Amino acid sequence: MAETTLSSNIQAYQKKTAANTLTRLLRYSAVRLVTLFVTVVVGVYLTILIANMGGYVDEILRGEIRERISVSISQNPAYRDYTVEQRNQLIQAEIAQEEERLGLNQPFLIRSLSFLRNALTLNFGRALNMTSDSGSRQVSLILLERLPSTLVLFGTSNLLLFFISVFLALALSRHYGSWADKIIVALSPTSAAPPWFYGIFLILIFAAWLRVLPFGGMVSAPPPTNRLEYALDLLVHMILPASALFLSSIFLSIYNWRTFFLIYSSEDYVEMAKAKGLTARDIERRYILRPTLPTIVTSFALLLIGLWTGAIITETIFNWPGLGRTLYRAIGLYDTPVIVASTIIFAYLLAITVFVLDFIYALLDPRVKVGGAQ
Amino acid sequence: MNSVRNLFRDLLHYPSAILGLVIIAILVAVGVYAVVTIPYAEAIRLWRGGEDVWYQNPKNAAPAWFNYFTTKDLPSTILITSRQEEETILSKIQAEKVYKPRENGQDITITYTFEYPYDEFPKDLIFYLYGKFDQKAPFAAIRWYTPDGREIRITDTAVQTRLTYRFLQDEKLKRRLKGVSPEIGLLADPNSDPPVPLKGTYKIVIEATTFEPNSDLDGEFVLHGQLHGWAGTDHLRRDLSLPLLWGIPVALAFGLLASLGTGTLTMIIAAIGVWFGGWVDELIQRITEVNLVLPFLPILIMLGTLYSRSIWVILGATILLNIFTGGIKSYRAIFLQIKESTYIEAARAYGASDSRIIFLYLVPRIIPLLIPGLVSGIPSFVFLEASLAVLGLGDPVLPTWGKIINDAQFNGALYEGYYYWILQPAVLLMITGLAFASLGFSLDRIFNPRLRGL
Repeated sequence: MAETTLSSNIQAYQKKTAANTLTRLLRYSAVRLVTLFVTVVVGVYLTILIANMGGYVDEILRGEIRERISVSISQNPAYRDYTVEQRNQLIQAEIAQEEERLGLNQPFLIRSLSFLRNALTLNFGRALNMTSDSGSRQVSLILLERLPSTLVLFGTSNLLLFFISVFLALALSRHYGSWADKIIVALSPTSAAPPWFYGIFLILIFAAWLRVLPFGGMVSAPPPTNRLEYALDLLVHMILPASALFLSSIFLSIYNWRTFFLIYSSEDYVEMAKAKGLTARDIERRYILRPTLPTIVTSFALLLIGLWTGAIITETIFNWPGLGRTLYRAIGLYDTPVIVASTIIFAYLLAITVFVLDFIYALLDPRVKVGGAQ
Repeated sequence: MNSVRNLFRDLLHYPSAILGLVIIAILVAVGVYAVVTIPYAEAIRLWRGGEDVWYQNPKNAAPAWFNYFTTKDLPSTILITSRQEEETILSKIQAEKVYKPRENGQDITITYTFEYPYDEFPKDLIFYLYGKFDQKAPFAAIRWYTPDGREIRITDTAVQTRLTYRFLQDEKLKRRLKGVSPEIGLLADPNSDPPVPLKGTYKIVIEATTFEPNSDLDGEFVLHGQLHGWAGTDHLRRDLSLPLLWGIPVALAFGLLASLGTGTLTMIIAAIGVWFGGWVDELIQRITEVNLVLPFLPILIMLGTLYSRSIWVILGATILLNIFTGGIKSYRAIFLQIKESTYIEAARAYGASDSRIIFLYLVPRIIPLLIPGLVSGIPSFVFLEASLAVLGLGDPVLPTWGKIINDAQFNGALYEGYYYWILQPAVLLMITGLAFASLGFSLDRIFNPRLRGL
């Protein structure tokens, strides 16, 4: 008898908590979404202010327009018969038209707010100076055109890096203290150097000295027409930059994961599992990987969104036509729409990832409650 | 003091830490030496100086250590001058000058003698001639004598106040040498094919005639070698030892200041947030989240492109953008624990002020955790400075390692085979980075008991 009352009690309790969980979940999601959105808005507005140097870029652009139009009109033979007065009028009219086209006739504060609105609604508009390879001035086209090259390079190297380092780290944590382990620990400080630094050495050895791999670029010129040859050519061009990215962080990455796994494998419950006589595989899967899964997933998710920004300097050194180099060129050309578009996409990706991760934690780890007490 | 001694005793258990400390000590010593021997103003004058400062150096000459990697003995630069007072950046050989008075002037014979024991030809041969006169310029005839006794006429010319005679641009000389470029034709063994230099004592003689009693003539002969100094030269003939030496204090100062500034400010702000709690804490957390959205490197690039490339501006921006990052969250978690300690409660009970508690009770507790982070943070900032320089956004006046790499990259050093140009600053960067990183790793293990023995 006692048992049935207990089970019905539990059922009632579960129903009540289910309803509670739902409201808590909804409220939490709403608050979280609002704070994340505000964060994105503030971050993007700050980027807009910085990218425009608080309106200073407008002055630069105005000066450029004035100079370009004055020179082109004064050198145009068609206007040779005009008087100075007429020519000045023409120049003023053209400047006004050009400024209106670029929206420079409005004060910067208003412009910055409309930039913000456009950015938030993913309406990137047209670039000021840059064009895509197909000749379009649409910012979204300029960025989309570069996305595949960044994805193929950074996707390959980062995914390889991630999986290889996690698996090697797991293996090393099992053989803690072995010579392989010691070598990795000794080599981990080498990750202090950024990828472009390794890139220079790799170019020196394999391109300049041995002449077996290309200096940079994504495909040979002219690019092969055959699809298979194209893929092979791409692969050959990818070896050096991908190795540079891989080499620059592999040792530290393995070291960090290994230390992380080691800390978890010295927990009491792991000792307990060992005492029970479970196999090493089971211990690893259930008692080490399971509790560390949230961290692994977080790091993987951040890695994925990190792909968006590419790596400015590595792409510059290897002449790789990716997003990072596009961003660098955009800064050099004061092309704020491109800079802002790149930032807002990253901000949105980050906000969405952070939001989704909270729920993934709760799914992976029963101890974590979404919106529960901190 | 005792704890410092203990720390050093612990550090001695880690070979990598000892190595790191030794390298850092050497770097600091050489850095101090560089700043003392080449003062700031002088360093910038030399680095920004053009042809007038560096004209005696060859272009793109490899460093002297390059000789160890080749079977051939490569020539160094030879400078012979008849001028007495002149200060040169190279060690010079004094030419022999003989006056023979004549009516209304004098005959001057200047003899330049040098040994040429090398296996390769020089890069360039140049004569700088200086005439002193009122009305009529002196006249000079230059002859070249090879070790096997051949005499080659170089040129006959009137010497104005300053005349630069470039052997390689003299088409007539080239024709006299049967179409062979002078740096080869003048030094080659006539019986060799392909040409190899004839080793031995060479002599150049200027027979000059002046036409006024006070008129005089001097000449400076420069044979630009394939090698130069211990560091080589760049495309502007600048001796690379200058930026390599001066790069040390710049890199160390930038890395140290950025790391120290970021670390301490992060810690203090985290402590303030935890201590006051409420909206202060909330604000700090929100700023941190906003900062995560901001693209760090692009903002630095924008600053460099649009505003200022001064290293101090970049340093300030770097510190500012690095304060509100992940570090502040981990410090906050630790401070939250410390805040509940009984000694803090006691301090509050006897009425200690907020700032006293923050700076004397909260912050010192966390310094052991801060130190490894500070040291391991240095390499990333050293490389950040180099990265910006590689993008062409280095400080416009300071000689730094990153700027050497940028110059080399821009002038196609790797395509042209001037490997030393990139290798030297890169190796220095790597040594510096590794030294701090390995020291930081060991410190981390000493201060973090959880990692001890891992």
